[in-house]
Amino acid sequence: MAKSFHGGIHPDDRKRFTASKEIVIAPIPEKVIIPMRQHIGAPCSPIVKVGDLVKKGQMIGEAQAFVSSPVHASTSGKIVEIAEYPHPVFGSCTAVVIESDGQDEWLLGLPLQRDWQTLEVSEIKEIIRESGMVGMGGATFPTHIKMAPPGEKPIHTFILNGAECEPFLTADHRVMLEQSEEIVTGMQIAMKVLGVNKGYIGIEENKPDAITAMKKACQGISSLEVIALQTKYPQGAEKTLISVICGQEIPSGGLPMDVGVVVQNVGTVVAIANAVEKGIPLIERVTTVTGGAIQEPQNLLLRIGTTFSQAVTLCGGFLQPPVKVIMGGPMMGMAQRTLDVPIIKGTSGILALREEDVNSGSERPCIRCGRCVDACPMGLIPSMLSILSERGAYAVAKNEYDLLDCVECGSCVYVCPAKRNIVHYVKLSKAQNAVKR
Amino acid sequence: MSTETKVELDKFIVSASPHIRCDESISKIMWSVNAALAPAALFSIYNFGMPALKTMLLCIISAIAAEYLILKWQKKAMVVNDGSAFLTGLLLAMNIPATLPWYMPLAGSVFAIAIAKHTMGGLGFNIFNPALIGRAFILASWPIAMTTWPITTDMVGKVDGLTSATPLGILKLQGYEKLVQHFGDTATMYKSMFLGVRTGSIGETSALLLLLGGMYLIYKGYIKWQVPVVMIGTVGALTAAFGGDPFLHMMSGGLILGAFYMATDMVTIPITTKGQIIFAVGAGALTVLIRLKGGYPEGVCYGILLMNCITPLIDRLVRPVKYGARR
Repeated sequence: MAKSFHGGIHPDDRKRFTASKEIVIAPIPEKVIIPMRQHIGAPCSPIVKVGDLVKKGQMIGEAQAFVSSPVHASTSGKIVEIAEYPHPVFGSCTAVVIESDGQDEWLLGLPLQRDWQTLEVSEIKEIIRESGMVGMGGATFPTHIKMAPPGEKPIHTFILNGAECEPFLTADHRVMLEQSEEIVTGMQIAMKVLGVNKGYIGIEENKPDAITAMKKACQGISSLEVIALQTKYPQGAEKTLISVICGQEIPSGGLPMDVGVVVQNVGTVVAIANAVEKGIPLIERVTTVTGGAIQEPQNLLLRIGTTFSQAVTLCGGFLQPPVKVIMGGPMMGMAQRTLDVPIIKGTSGILALREEDVNSGSERPCIRCGRCVDACPMGLIPSMLSILSERGAYAVAKNEYDLLDCVECGSCVYVCPAKRNIVHYVKLSKAQNAVKR
Repeated sequence: MSTETKVELDKFIVSASPHIRCDESISKIMWSVNAALAPAALFSIYNFGMPALKTMLLCIISAIAAEYLILKWQKKAMVVNDGSAFLTGLLLAMNIPATLPWYMPLAGSVFAIAIAKHTMGGLGFNIFNPALIGRAFILASWPIAMTTWPITTDMVGKVDGLTSATPLGILKLQGYEKLVQHFGDTATMYKSMFLGVRTGSIGETSALLLLLGGMYLIYKGYIKWQVPVVMIGTVGALTAAFGGDPFLHMMSGGLILGAFYMATDMVTIPITTKGQIIFAVGAGALTVLIRLKGGYPEGVCYGILLMNCITPLIDRLVRPVKYGARR
């Protein structure tokens, strides 16, 4: 019996469109639009100017702040523009536009051949920071910060998040099948940095082939263990994942490190392995391009800065005009207003959804059915959060109904028969509370 | 550097996550409850004849008309076909005798929709179950008519007169022995109660068909099994404690109808399962107290309505266990 958690939902996972499709390496785009901010934290400053020639892997945006992460050229070519461009998360952001020279030439010396075992922990940390590592599951928190917890928070467990509980997405699934060796290397590097000797790989049961592949890759490595998780959303949310694997809950307002755990995404550890062993910064990622409106859904290895429209074209374009385009999964991803936005480090998926995929309907008053309460993995009363937000009682929501513990997983909205936009209300309440303080 | 934002507005819907939803809806739930009530409602036509059909139609049509007019008048979204007004009308009809003169069901139905539901703000905001308020309104206004019960189709020719007391009425006024005599023997009594061949409110008689519908709703996940089981169980246990016949009490009056279809009315009961169990215990206990110690033969209606009063209080006090506080 696979381990599980309280609450959660069982949506149709709709991974069948891409789960069995091998990762396809996308051709080099003619132009890449690379935003200076692809992470949580301060934006980078461009260190190139229009007219400069850059090589693949060359740093083009420098991170000056601590909570930030540098960005690199994802192909070689000429800087043709530095301007505000649409951004999939922040609306718009300064971006460096590179016109590809078609050579895709590496920065001198790359890729390297480096044995991670001979490197000092401090050297590895520096490499991780310099390579622009961020959490690639979508949250895009700079990895170097996660990998350097303060001394008073000893870390004892590393968890690789292979749950991929979002419907539609199969990028992590395919990476686990096709790059299991790199994952194991990346995990070992991360565990060395953290000084941890227990690593778990949590994978939902709907990916039995990934479980087998990872078990095989971990053979003979006693510090690593593959854990089969029940297929239930949001199994891969950090808090639920940790409680399921470690049997420990993170205190309200706390972080995984408060219970001695660091969680990383599948793509991130592969990127760590590439950075440490080959010196390759984070310039490409696997993205699932799917949804009912996509002609031929695929898992693509895309350069950072490829636009959504280029990615959609690579998948044969649209079967029909989508009503919604999402970056990420359908439960927590962000709705896009245009296809001109570029793929960034956190773009795990591009979904083009039809009316029947969305199933929205008009919002009605709460009938207090309690489905949201049963679905909430955080043990909150989502219906009250939405009602209080509607009334403008933001402080009550925060003080009496634990607004800030909401992880916005969307389980409540998914099950709501009144089609209430609870996550929307929660975001509004959180923003209002932040303003008033 | 150009500061112009190159934004091309495509025609995509931009809204907060999540972007997929299950295909449940309020009208699906409401119509499923109506469907679950259908077998018992149809049986009532057999049991009480055309007056039952007439009363049900009267209640449903007047409830829908009242809802339609109020929504129109208040310029609210026209949701009259969501099944909730239909349900209020049907439930009210199932909770009253088949032989009421036409204006009583009509008045009760309009009162239920206009006063109990819409003065509170409409669906989702009412504190009391509208159908039960409608029933209480008729009972308070026309107490004699509401306690005069028609004989069933089976009794025609076998008994004198056109009216008969309900099993709970006989029990209250004449005692247990007399009730057993009324049916013949204990086994026949239980059988009649279970199948519903007895007098009473239109839709309350057939325990079997009400249970069937209730199980369908539990299977669909629209009601939680804990509520009817705990409420009926509480009635059985307390009755036994007071020295009564638990099986008789569990099958009589409007208990099964109330426990499966009104104590489970999501709008008017606590939102957590724990809270709902407290609600069910309270409603069951009040039912027994009214039946055995109070003036009325039946207490389900007031038992549930009284618990509706304290639902907001239960919801304030009984909270789900938060993540972070479990281990």
